[in-house]
Amino acid sequence: MAKVTIPIGPQHPALKEPASFNITLDGEKIVHMTLKLGYNHRGIEKAAESRTYIQNIYLLERVCGICSHSHSSCYVQCVEDIAALEVPKRALYIRSLVGELERLHSHLLWLGVAGHEVGFDTLLMYTWRDREIVMDLLSMLTGNRVNYGINTIGGVRRDITKDQIKDILVAVDKLEEETKYYAQVATQEVTLAKRLSRVGKLSHEDAVKLGAVGPTARASNVDRDIRRDDPYAAYGEISFKVITDNHNDVYGRTLVRIGELLESYNMIRQIVKNIPDGPITVKAPRRIPVGEAVSRCEAPRGEDMHYIKSNGSDKPERVKVRAPTLANVQAVAKMLENGYLADVPIVIAAIDPCFSCTDRTTIAVKDGKKTRGLIEWKDLRKYSIEWYKKNEGIDLSKIKLQNEK
Amino acid sequence: MSKEQDIQKQFMNKFDFLEGKFKIVKNKRIFLDVPIDKFWKVMGYAVKIDQFPLLCTITGLDQGDTIGLVYHLAANDGMMLNIETSIPKNNPVIRTITDIYPSATLYERELEDLLGVKVEGLPAGRRYPLPDDWPIGDHPLLKDWKPKN
Repeated sequence: MAKVTIPIGPQHPALKEPASFNITLDGEKIVHMTLKLGYNHRGIEKAAESRTYIQNIYLLERVCGICSHSHSSCYVQCVEDIAALEVPKRALYIRSLVGELERLHSHLLWLGVAGHEVGFDTLLMYTWRDREIVMDLLSMLTGNRVNYGINTIGGVRRDITKDQIKDILVAVDKLEEETKYYAQVATQEVTLAKRLSRVGKLSHEDAVKLGAVGPTARASNVDRDIRRDDPYAAYGEISFKVITDNHNDVYGRTLVRIGELLESYNMIRQIVKNIPDGPITVKAPRRIPVGEAVSRCEAPRGEDMHYIKSNGSDKPERVKVRAPTLANVQAVAKMLENGYLADVPIVIAAIDPCFSCTDRTTIAVKDGKKTRGLIEWKDLRKYSIEWYKKNEGIDLSKIKLQNEK
Repeated sequence: MSKEQDIQKQFMNKFDFLEGKFKIVKNKRIFLDVPIDKFWKVMGYAVKIDQFPLLCTITGLDQGDTIGLVYHLAANDGMMLNIETSIPKNNPVIRTITDIYPSATLYERELEDLLGVKVEGLPAGRRYPLPDDWPIGDHPLLKDWKPKN
């Protein structure tokens, strides 16, 4: 039978974000895959060079909408290293608390997406319902559901109260009960377990060779976690297990994430129990001395890395970001090898990809003034009509949309 | 002796030209500055001692007359060895490390697109991260690059 190449993406119903996979098939079997990324690239690293260190916290937090706290933590840790700032312990505990809450909402989100990708939308409804509890906690603690804005150079911007701690403990108990149920569902619900097993195989050797990180690597028995190996924030003072699994497939990745959820509940309890009193920030200089620093954080999707070089001014010389998806996406081709076309959505979803992170997007917000980079819906439509006319010879200009009549 | 100093000693015993090139900035953070003509010897040794299985990423820097490259290697115990080198900006050529770290492919494509580095021996593939119709010779992370509109 002749081999067929199918393009999936950059826009495709099975993908939630733009990426392009060219998949060569022999029948239903995948023989080869090539990847094209970069559809979300808007130049955050370049933009960071023309903003001050303080402005950059908020820019880099927006690298990702899910692991925003990991990015801002990674960034401020670099700056604090160069400026030799001693961050108060209470601030470090708050950073870890928000970091673990972020892991909860991210892993619950993933569990729902995994359910959706294999046609088990009830799981999506359940986990996303529970995820709202975490979003409410984050909103209570930081004022925001998504980009928390809690980190600043030298500490955190908001303190935590005794009442908030009570609310957190009640919520965590409820979430733990629900997660134990999901652990049962994943292991005992035969249809789900069978659908995820032996799909997207990644051997231990390949995971190491291809530089996989986070739950993707840990499900191939790579015992690596930055929280334990290179402790930051308050992780050096919290006891926890690093969850690994040796199934080497999507089922293993599911078990690792559920295990990490259960571990996070215990970590949150320890954090709020042991949080020391004291200030939440130290004064940071506006100008950062000449130097360079590397920082790594264990984001929900895996290891996030930032490198900063400073030149003595109030703006960085260079900011480099390596988000976990860029490290994991290279393993996807290996996972799909000898797999089946029908498994493509769940295998891609199983690394918990975040292409905005990978490509580092920035989004312009309309503020009343003309903002470069902001494009109105009708202008976007006009642009696409012209593009198709010029490049594909298709004239769509006669078709009017309802709101344009 | 700390683990960082131990690694430093291991390298110094092998290469005496690395005298004064080590910076242990903090716990688990080593920076090592290597001249480009000795880069492969040192990189080869870092791989041979088998302590750094993970390549975190490669950072490219516009340093005026030169392009700086930082190879961020990591050990399983969290130790990071950052090997720095620089190549002339008017002829920015470096050999690929994909034969040692297959995960370097996308990081090296990033160097090519954003800083105009020519990576010799990099397997053929689609560019990353700029779009296919991005002008040739236009590398946005160079300091003198400004947005056109």
